[in-house]
This record gives sequence, structure tokens and C-alpha cells, in this order.
Amino acid sequence: MTTTTATSPVLEATGVTMRFGGLTAVRNVDLTVNSGEIVGLIGPNGAGKTTFFNCLTGLYVPTEGKVAYKGTVLPPKPHLVTSAGIARTFQNIRLFANMTVLENVLVGRHTRTKEGLWSALLRGPGFRKAEAASRERAMELLEFIGLAHKADHLARNLPYGEQRKLEIARALASDPGLLLLDEPTAGMNPQETRATEELVFAIRDKGIAVLVIEHDMRFIFNLCDRVACLVQGEKLVEGTSEVVQGDERVIAAYLGTPFEGAPGDEEIAEVEAAEATGAQSTTSTEGSAQ
Amino acid sequence: MTTTAKTTPTTPDTPRGLIPLPQSAARVLIALGAIGTIGSTYMSWTWTSDFPGDLTYYGSPAGLQILDLVAGVLTLFYALTRWNIRGLNWLNPAGATAPVFLAAASAFTVSWFSALAIAIDLGGLVNLDPGAYLAAVASLIAILGALALPSPGNTAKAWVSKPDNIPPAGKLPAWGERLVITAATAVGLITFAYGIGVDPDASETFIGFLLLVVFGSWALLAAGLVERFSVLNARHKGFATSMAFLAAAIFPFVENNEHNANLGVNILVVATVALGLNIVVGLTGLLDLGYVAFLGVGAYAAALVSGSEFSRFSGIQFPFWAAMLTGMAASLIFGVLIGAPTLRLRGDYLAIVTLGFGEIFRITVNNLDGTSGPNITNGPNGISMIPDLEIFGFNLGSSHTIGSVTIGRFANYLLLMLIITAIVVLVFNRAADSRIGRSWIAIREDETAATAMGINGFRVKLIAFALGASLAGLAGTVSAHVGYSVNPAPYQFAGSVPPNSAFLLAAVVLGGMGTVGGPILGATLLYLLPEKLSFLKEYQLFAFGLALVILMRFRPEGIIANRRRQLEFHETEQADIPEQSLPDTTVGVTKAGA
Repeated sequence: MTTTTATSPVLEATGVTMRFGGLTAVRNVDLTVNSGEIVGLIGPNGAGKTTFFNCLTGLYVPTEGKVAYKGTVLPPKPHLVTSAGIARTFQNIRLFANMTVLENVLVGRHTRTKEGLWSALLRGPGFRKAEAASRERAMELLEFIGLAHKADHLARNLPYGEQRKLEIARALASDPGLLLLDEPTAGMNPQETRATEELVFAIRDKGIAVLVIEHDMRFIFNLCDRVACLVQGEKLVEGTSEVVQGDERVIAAYLGTPFEGAPGDEEIAEVEAAEATGAQSTTSTEGSAQ
Repeated sequence: MTTTAKTTPTTPDTPRGLIPLPQSAARVLIALGAIGTIGSTYMSWTWTSDFPGDLTYYGSPAGLQILDLVAGVLTLFYALTRWNIRGLNWLNPAGATAPVFLAAASAFTVSWFSALAIAIDLGGLVNLDPGAYLAAVASLIAILGALALPSPGNTAKAWVSKPDNIPPAGKLPAWGERLVITAATAVGLITFAYGIGVDPDASETFIGFLLLVVFGSWALLAAGLVERFSVLNARHKGFATSMAFLAAAIFPFVENNEHNANLGVNILVVATVALGLNIVVGLTGLLDLGYVAFLGVGAYAAALVSGSEFSRFSGIQFPFWAAMLTGMAASLIFGVLIGAPTLRLRGDYLAIVTLGFGEIFRITVNNLDGTSGPNITNGPNGISMIPDLEIFGFNLGSSHTIGSVTIGRFANYLLLMLIITAIVVLVFNRAADSRIGRSWIAIREDETAATAMGINGFRVKLIAFALGASLAGLAGTVSAHVGYSVNPAPYQFAGSVPPNSAFLLAAVVLGGMGTVGGPILGATLLYLLPEKLSFLKEYQLFAFGLALVILMRFRPEGIIANRRRQLEFHETEQADIPEQSLPDTTVGVTKAGA
């Protein structure tokens, strides 16, 4: 994979800890995303990935630790984080359902435009120019994402996959330097997942660093330059796909560790033996279940 | 328009109506019934002039008869559309049954209501003259004929709803479209002027008017004409708006009556305030139950600087523009003061807190009388004898004669209020269609997502709150002068007399949230109905509640629906379903695992 030559850090999270009462959802996590990088964040359900995202984007105020974007520490307010240059999507799609596709993207332009109430009421030439520029930029983004022909549809009427895409377009509208994607392929079929993969690469090629949470391992390991694995709020391992894939602790976190005399061991051995013989004798079309 | 190309709208197997009759007979029946209804209105309906409207004359329709005449003509026209008569097809583009049935229903309900009202009011069927019998029989024939038309569906709903197969409108030249808008505005003005002009004691006539308007406009809706008209309106938005305001400005000249002009001013005040509330509730989605307090702040501020001798500052008399700005500024400050601490709350919590603040305003004003607190507002007595406004030497309190028409005091204020309503409409439209308006709607849709898109939720909500407050204050300054006096009583949460917060909210919700026309129409209806249906007396609030329940059951998006909200509530009838599905997902594979 090609990466840009300059690798200055875009995002530096140091010692991020989030406690909800007695529960520590995220414990002392450090993460760096360099410019031009796609970084993956994996972990079993409940590992604290989304909580960590919320800490990064200011939806939660981290109990400890700090988040810096291009060297400046971010205040824990979502709108300030976005205007600094970090945009995000949500795990469960949170579009403005009753606004049109174009309006959704225009809302994303909010931080990059300045027109307040007065200029809206007076409609001076500056307002018209800014509005036209916003629309042009939004249409560009819809073109990029492949939804330009549906600009006037209500967001709620889009099929699921396109809603995901639109959420990405809306996030891109704020001209971010870092894009946080929270499970962008959840519920997608393989073709759509492939398309999303291409889309993330295209976004990276625009010079936007990407941090992505995902459960689809093939997607993650195809896509990411680096992968971090979060387990029970702690960062277990970080490195290239091969390193993470080979790490026993990661496998253990997902599948559990075998122990002596565990109930069901015999059955597992039987199944494995049967599968081994079956695979040898016939060319089975059936893929092995995980 | 195509007439010859289109055959009769019946499907090949010719679905029969509810009454088995040949189609030609059905058509003839409707037409005969309609003609009979029209004819009956030129006859006497009762022997005595005791019944409101005096329906005793032969040869000249009056009161309910005029309404029945209109209903009969409507029915006749719709009956004629079943013959594919050239030049009438536009009335019923799909050639559907439902509009014909509804038109016949308007004649039927008006005729039968009139006959029953005469019989009941005057005590017996003996009071009915042949004309009334003819109207009842003829309109019954018309509706029976309509029932024999091909059935639009198996359910009762199909008989009264818009069919799906309405062909797209033929292209008109731009001037033609404007002509259509002008004509429709004129019809609207005539309808409104007639409705407001009905004698308050003639509740029967007003009910007949309501029946005609409801069924008549329902027929137009079912024919698809309302939809076509709204497309035209959207295409010529500026023209349509100016026509509407022109019509409203003509109103005092048409309806040259001080009482009705007074009604008009009050309707405009309430409508303007409702429009301001629409920014807060309809666009930003903040449920404000104490909104009427801002109207009160504006009214009190204007009264205090009006030079009234009951004002605490009786020596001060601001010119109108300064009083207007004072009222606006006072409401703005009050809005920010209330909004700043409360807007951190969401949903029900905000509603409860605003309800509380609204009541606090009223109670405070009640107590600032010199005994319970400092004397500022003169307590429950309020500030009376507010002098009339004078703008550029033009005294709004005295009558002026323009040509042959005398414009009285209330008509003057009506015209002034119209300008203010126009300003508020302009503010609403411009604010809604801008960066700030989009962020309001985004916050209404999903506040968390909106803040994640870089919107400072608190700031944007506060702007909406403050803007809504200052618009209400603006309307309040005029209302103080119109009503001669201000006192704390009307500025409560709920009451039988508008304005109160519940009334304003109902106007917005009934009319249609997030639209300009909705709150104006809602306020008009809510103000006019209790005024004209005086026989309801103590049941007014009950009837009001019943109407709300019925409307919310059948049209939850309000009378004038925002396109967005219409889709929100009627998901099965989506207008713009994406015409293409996902790219070839025919394999039917879903992601395994995860």
C-alpha cells in the first residue's frame, strides 16, 4: 500500500480513560493516527470502541487523558471537535431522516460557513455566494459518493447502503482532516462492503486520514495500514494486519482460551476429525463456519 | 387538454357501483339532482322569516340557499365531467368517482342540514315549504346517482380519497398559471369574506358554510386539483405570496364592516404569533408551552411607552417605530433570559419549564401593582386608554375615506397588521431556507447528530427561541393598541379566549407544523369557529378538543402539510420512493458472521 511521505500525526490520543461510575469502559488508551493512514479499531462487542470514539469526538468528556488534533488539544465539545477537523459517522445511522439528501450534506457544511441569522434575513450578495458555494460543494460530494441523482430524495427513503454512504458524505462535508467511521459496513452484503472499501481508499487518497471501527475482519485487514485491538477497554495490541492477526491474545479475546477438560472438548475433536476426513475425500463446496 | 384520446375512465370489466344502475342513468341522475338542487334554491324553503337568513322568497336565494346553490353548481360541473365534455376535464383530471361523490355529498349535506335545521328550529316538518322538500329530494337523487358510479374500491375510504392515477397537468403558459393563482386567490378571498361576514346569530348558515367548504375542498382534493395548485404555487412562490397579501389587503374594502375588520385584526395578530411559534416548535422542535408570555411582554412594553395615563411612564410617548422596537427588544431579552437556562433541557422537560415560565410572567404582571410589589404594570387592572397610533401624521384611530369606501379604525389596524404579518412571513421564509434554518431542522431531527456535524446546539436553539420571542413581541405591540388596553388575564396557558399558549400551539399543530400557510389557516379557523358558532357556548372547549382529536386521527400532519411531515406520517403513500433499488443484489447473500 502506498502512503504519503509526510507522516505527521493527525490524531494523538494519550491516556484516554472513561469511567461511568464504577465501570471503566475505556482504560488508558493511547492511539495515534498519522496523515494519510487508515487505522482500524477492532475488538469484541462491548470492548469500548464506540465509547472511545465518543471520547475522541467530544460526545463524552473523558475522565482522564487528552485528545490532540494536529498538535492542539481538543476541547470536549462535539461542535468544536468537528470544526477543528474531525468528522464522524455513527454506528446506528443517524441521518436527518426528514431532510433531503442534499440538505443533509449542507448541514455537514455548517462549520465551514459563517452566515448567521442576519445575513439570512438580509440576503446580501455574500449570503447568496456562500449558499451557492455550499450547494456546489455538497453536490460535488454527492457526486463523489454516487448519490447526486438522489439529491432531492428524503434521506429516510434511501435504501440502507445508501444511507450509510450519505452519512459518510455528510461527514466529509465539514472538510475534515480525520474521518472516524463507526462500523461503516454493518448490515451490508459483500458487494456493498467491497464498494465501501473502495470508498474509504478514495477518501484516504483525498488526503484524509481514516480511523475505522469494524467487525468484518476481511474488510479491516484489507483496508488498514495499522490495526489496534481493544479488549475490555484496554488496548491489547497495535500493529500491522499480520501482527494483529497472529496475536494469540486477540484470538483469545474473540474466541476464548481453551482449557484442560473443558466440557465439549470431545465433541469439538470429533467434529474436527470428521471435517478433516470430509475435506480430504470430497471437494466440499461448503465453506467452514467460524 | 386531451379529451378524445381518453375513453371513459372505467376499467375493462366495468366495476359496478353500490347501486346497480347503467352508467348513463347514473350520470343523468346526478345531473338532474344537481339541477333540481339549484332550482330549489330559487324557491321558498320556509314560510317565516324567523329562520336565519330569511329563506321565504321565490326567485332570490339567501343564506343557506346561496350555499346550496354553490354546492349544486359544483355537483353539476362534476356530473358533467363524467360525460367527457370538452373544457371541463381539468376539473376531474382522472375522471374519478370520488370527487363526483364528494361534490354530491356537499349538496346533500347542505340541503338536508338546512331542511332539518328549519324543521327543528321552527318545531316541525310543517314549516318546510316545497323548495326545501325539492332540495332534499334532488340532492338525495344526486348522491344516489353518485353511488351508482363505478366503485373506486372496496372500502369506504376509496370513495372519499384521491385516486392514484391522476395524469400530470397539461402545460400552461406562465401568464396562464398566474391567472389560475389569481383566480384561486379570488375564490379564497370570497370564501373567507363570506364566512367572516356570516351573522354571528346565524349559526345555521355558518354550519352550512362549513359543510360546503369541507366537502367542496375535499372534492377538489380528491380530484387532484389541490395538489396541482400547490405545484403552481411552488413554481410562482413570490407571485402567489403577493397575491395572498393583496387579497388580504383588499379584504377591508370588500367587507366594509368594523366588527369584521376587528375580527380580521385579531386573527392576524394570533396568526402572526402562531407563525413565530412555528419557528420554535415547527422548525426547531422545541415544545414551548408558555409562548403567549412573549406576546404579553411586547404588548406591555408598547403600553408602557404609549403615553397612556395609566402607564407608569405616562409622560413618555414613543413614536410607533420606537415602540415596536421596544416591544421586540423586551421580548427578545425575556426570551434569552428564559431560554438560556431552559434550553439545556430536552423534550418534555423543556415543555414543563416553559409552561412554568409562561405562568410566572402572568402572575408577576398581576403582582406588580404597588401593593404586592413595585408598581409597574398596574396589576390586574392593566394599562388602559392606550392612545391610537399615529404613523407619519396618519392617525389610525380615525376613519378615512378612500373613494367611496370608508376605512375605519380596525381596518386601519388590519392594514398595519398585514404589513407586520408580511414581515414575519418574510423572516420565517428566509430564516428557514438558510444555514441557520437547516441547523434548526437538523436539531429537530437528531440533536446528537447535529452537534456532531459541528452545530452549536445551544446557540442555535437560543437564536430560534429569541427570534420567535421577538416576533411575538412585535405582534404584541400592535395588539396593545388595537385593544385599547392590556391586562394579564389573556396571557395564560389555556383558556376559552385566544390568545393563550394552548390555542397558539393548537393553531400551529392543526394548520401544519413547519409551513407558512399552516399556522395562519389554523389560527383563522380556531379564531373564527367559536366566534361564529356561538350556540356552542360553554361547550366551546369541548368542541375544540373533539375537533383536535378528529383531525389528529385522520390528518396528523396538519391541514397544510409540509412535504416532509406528510411523508413522516403516511409512510405507505410515499411520494418519492427511490425509483431504483440497490445495484444487482440478486444473489441474496447477506454478510455472514459478525
